[in-house]
Amino acid sequence: MPIAREDVAHLARLSRLALADGELDHLAAQLDVIISAVARVQEVAAEGIPPTSHAVPLVNVFRDDVEWPCLGAEKALDQAPAVEQQRFRVPRILDED
Amino acid sequence: MADELTRMSAAGLAAAMAGGEVSALEVTDAHLARIGEVDEAVHAFLHVAVDGARRAARAVDERRAAGEPLGPLAGVPLALKDLFTTTDMPTTCGSAILNGWRPPYDATITRRLRGAGVVILGKTNMDEFAMGSSTENSAFGPSHNPWDLTRVPGGSSGGSSAAVAAFEAPLAIGTDTGGSIRQPAAVCGVVGVKPTYGGSSRYGVVAFASSLDTPGPLARTVLDAALLHETMSGHDPCDSTSVDAPVPPVVAAARQADVSGLTIGVVPELGGEGYQPGVLARFGEAVELLESLGAKVIEVSCPHFSYALPAYYLIAPSECSSNLARFDGMRYGLRAGDDGTRSAEEVMALTREQGFGAEVKRRIMLGTYALSSGYYDAYYGKAQQVRTLIIRDFEAAFEQVDVLVSPSTPTTAFPIGERVDDPLAMYVADLCTIPSDLAGNVALSVPCGLAAEDGLPVGLQIMAPVLADDRVYRVGAAVEAALDSRRGHPLLDEAKGLG
Amino acid sequence: MAGQGGRADALVPFDEALTRYEPVIGLETHVELGTVTKMFCGCPARFGGEPNSLVCPICLGLPGSLPVANRAAIEYTIRIGLALNCAIADWCRFARKNYFYPDMPKNFQISQYDEPLCTNGWLDISVEDPAADGGARQVRVGIERVHLEEDTGKSLHVGGATGRIHGADYSLVDYNRAGIPLVEIVTKPVEGTGALAPAVAHTYLTELRDLMRALAVSDVRMEEGSLRCDVNASLSPRGSGVWGTRSETKNVNSLRSAERAVRYEIERQAAVLDAGMPVALETRHFHEDSGVTTAGRSKEEAQDYRYFPEPDLVPVAPSREWVEQIRAALPELPSARRARLEAEWGLSDRDFAAIHNAGAVDLVARTVEAGASPADARKWWLNELVRRANESGTDLADLPITPADVARVAALVASGELNDKLARQVMGGVLAGEGTPDEVVAARGLAIVRDEGALLAAVDEAIAADPEVAQKVRDGKLAAAGALVGAVMKATRGQADAARARQLILARLGQS
Repeated sequence: MPIAREDVAHLARLSRLALADGELDHLAAQLDVIISAVARVQEVAAEGIPPTSHAVPLVNVFRDDVEWPCLGAEKALDQAPAVEQQRFRVPRILDED
Repeated sequence: MADELTRMSAAGLAAAMAGGEVSALEVTDAHLARIGEVDEAVHAFLHVAVDGARRAARAVDERRAAGEPLGPLAGVPLALKDLFTTTDMPTTCGSAILNGWRPPYDATITRRLRGAGVVILGKTNMDEFAMGSSTENSAFGPSHNPWDLTRVPGGSSGGSSAAVAAFEAPLAIGTDTGGSIRQPAAVCGVVGVKPTYGGSSRYGVVAFASSLDTPGPLARTVLDAALLHETMSGHDPCDSTSVDAPVPPVVAAARQADVSGLTIGVVPELGGEGYQPGVLARFGEAVELLESLGAKVIEVSCPHFSYALPAYYLIAPSECSSNLARFDGMRYGLRAGDDGTRSAEEVMALTREQGFGAEVKRRIMLGTYALSSGYYDAYYGKAQQVRTLIIRDFEAAFEQVDVLVSPSTPTTAFPIGERVDDPLAMYVADLCTIPSDLAGNVALSVPCGLAAEDGLPVGLQIMAPVLADDRVYRVGAAVEAALDSRRGHPLLDEAKGLG
Repeated sequence: MAGQGGRADALVPFDEALTRYEPVIGLETHVELGTVTKMFCGCPARFGGEPNSLVCPICLGLPGSLPVANRAAIEYTIRIGLALNCAIADWCRFARKNYFYPDMPKNFQISQYDEPLCTNGWLDISVEDPAADGGARQVRVGIERVHLEEDTGKSLHVGGATGRIHGADYSLVDYNRAGIPLVEIVTKPVEGTGALAPAVAHTYLTELRDLMRALAVSDVRMEEGSLRCDVNASLSPRGSGVWGTRSETKNVNSLRSAERAVRYEIERQAAVLDAGMPVALETRHFHEDSGVTTAGRSKEEAQDYRYFPEPDLVPVAPSREWVEQIRAALPELPSARRARLEAEWGLSDRDFAAIHNAGAVDLVARTVEAGASPADARKWWLNELVRRANESGTDLADLPITPADVARVAALVASGELNDKLARQVMGGVLAGEGTPDEVVAARGLAIVRDEGALLAAVDEAIAADPEVAQKVRDGKLAAAGALVGAVMKATRGQADAARARQLILARLGQS
């Protein structure tokens, strides 16, 4: 089932990509082709097959609750696009969380 | 002399330096000169650290003069894929979005290399955020295949493979997520290895697909690759997915180079239609060679391998859509469109629009789609189930055989520009390599000749079980030795792209 | 005025709302763990500190960084789960919760989704209810899940009127808090509490807070943000058995606020339903100053977080041995402690409940430890000191008098050096900062007069001053002696031993 242009526009919004109209059309067409191709996985009978999230099974990897040296505020901020009061200055946030 | 130095293997250089025949500085200078000579045409490097490399080389010479014990690769130059963080060099990941970012910390592998006295010549070109099979997705222009400069060097570690094939460095490091070490190695006529997942640390390796990304070595010989494999690998407490076991004895295996008594499996699903005839021919000969060397060869079907490509192109984009979310212009890198009136959401979207290339945007949206509520089960969830079936195929196969073999990639190096507008055509380059990324087992690509049609290199892929890394080196070294002996000269002598 | 949004909500008075509707509530609580370091890196997990000074590549989410789980945080979470009677997972994973927000450096939060570390427990609470037997209703609050995640950074919003997001020009972000371990505790829906619903919210949070302190997993200070709460509420038409749509109220910054928010939502939703309208599935914001909730983000456009298992972390599979070790090391839980003290003090359920409801269990216990009898300790705290606390508008525990002080006063009364009235004056002196009980007694000269001579003089004076009453006593009307005792007490400013004065009066008047 082909993916609609509005759906692609929605995906772009969700992914924070400000696509221009022409680009959106181009990408929508390509995504449609790709999604049809990857949808082939649905042909595989996988009743009762557990999904694998980690190919090499390890469990219980932990760290001791011991301090290590921090970066320091200077290093943390020295490549920030904008800094004020030793904090990262960001544009106004719209959505309250 | 410089010319000779750049033609030597890493093992040879190390021996020459240990024997006092040449200094590390001379070795480094010879390679810097070579880079100066050919890199304008090859474009393997994004950054050449002239001063840093010479300083590191001098330090090795001083330590040697002081009688300090040095590791087996001390003084040997190396090209590092620009995906690894380095405090003294920019790290671009082949992308415009990092905009000159200089990491405040070194990757574990970077630290280990420096600690071993390896001289990092610079950072190599790559497909943006490791997504691609040609380096054409680099924001800084593609690299060129030393065999034919109009062709791609493969990807995403194309800069690394080109650097080694062009004799700009005897060693290089790349990362393999869907084949990004093995495929470029194959099309450039060099050796490339994807270690067992977790065998080498991902700390400081900018993430593309976390459950697949595997740093690994590229070199002109199997032994050189093994030496680098040993130096760069091993458990890292900073990486939770790092395997806590000793590094398999890959150097010893590379020296052993013998296949007698081994059973080798040929996978029918990794061949046939869509594969270049010259590639299949060289592959077939390699299989016959293995038999003549004393291995037993059987056919082992891995039925779910035909679904590896679609499964991969669901899992990898899903993970990358999440891994790349941090690039939003708020804390480092490019920030676009912040004119004081726009919201953070708008600035993020404009920054990412401007900073990311087309392939990255495609994969981010594909991944967002595959993880969306309502689609997760049919896409991402299903792909993870297919992954389980592929793992089971491997397990069943390895009960019958010691290693599996296939061509490393269906075709030889394709022309620059040929596939760049056809994503699916590009993805097909990973057909043979992807199964081992999904299952996490070790896989190596070793050159096995040139295709008749175009005289371009063909790679033989050798796969072994998780943690049996030594096995692929053993078989790879045996094939290499036999072919080199038959040929009478190194394969790369035949690369005419650089005149 | 900022924060009120739109026109005021219509409300149905609480008691009336309950005649038609059954409230169902739920609480989601976040507890910041008191581990030394953050959840996935070794930066100190400290409150305060210069902005962006407690950060590293990992909690800043720099490219190439990777998380490694803090074992202590896992242990603390299991401790909490066990104390809440939960099942501890054999095997579970972390998951990524994906959304873009400047206070989240990776634009995803490492949390847990469908595999929480602890599930299916409960917390029994005792809610003050005058109508109930023993003065309290026992409510079992089901616990759906307890899971572990990382905290976000903090933003300052600059330029707007209230310091909130609306109207701000830009924001300043500090990542010191990013990565601190956070435990999320989610209750199952709590129904059947009727008019007690607000009190249940308050009591549950108080109990949970005390439990976290007893387990030593967090300092749980709501004012510092180490305990945060969201309150869910919905109404079901009485007898219908049909659950209503719920609202989620955030910015509940104190125990009182939780109670008020529940109350407000019941009144507001009743009005909505009475008008035949549907209750909106939405997130609301609680306002401390006015006690109202206002609409925030509509949950219809709820975020799709695209959860998937965190590939950079491996599964957590706590061995049953480890879990049992943690269980064996659990301290005495507050509920068990209360049951023990009630028995030790020989109190009825109602009497003990009165102490618990006043928040005085610890205070009484420490007073008993300092030597007072349970009865005395209870009497002083619940009668005199509760009154004083209410008068001054402070919490009982914040009164400037210690359990040791109270025990001393009780001891002075028991030994006869003070009577009740004098004792209250001494307490007043201690509360006013005049010193310890003994210092107050000395400074104000409040001790009961022991000097028989002085007492006799006062007795003779009283008899001489009231010959009529004195005659009545001589004639056998012993009750009349009371007036003379009163006169002696007045003359001695209450510092006479009243019983002894009476004896002396009767003796003087030939009646002993």
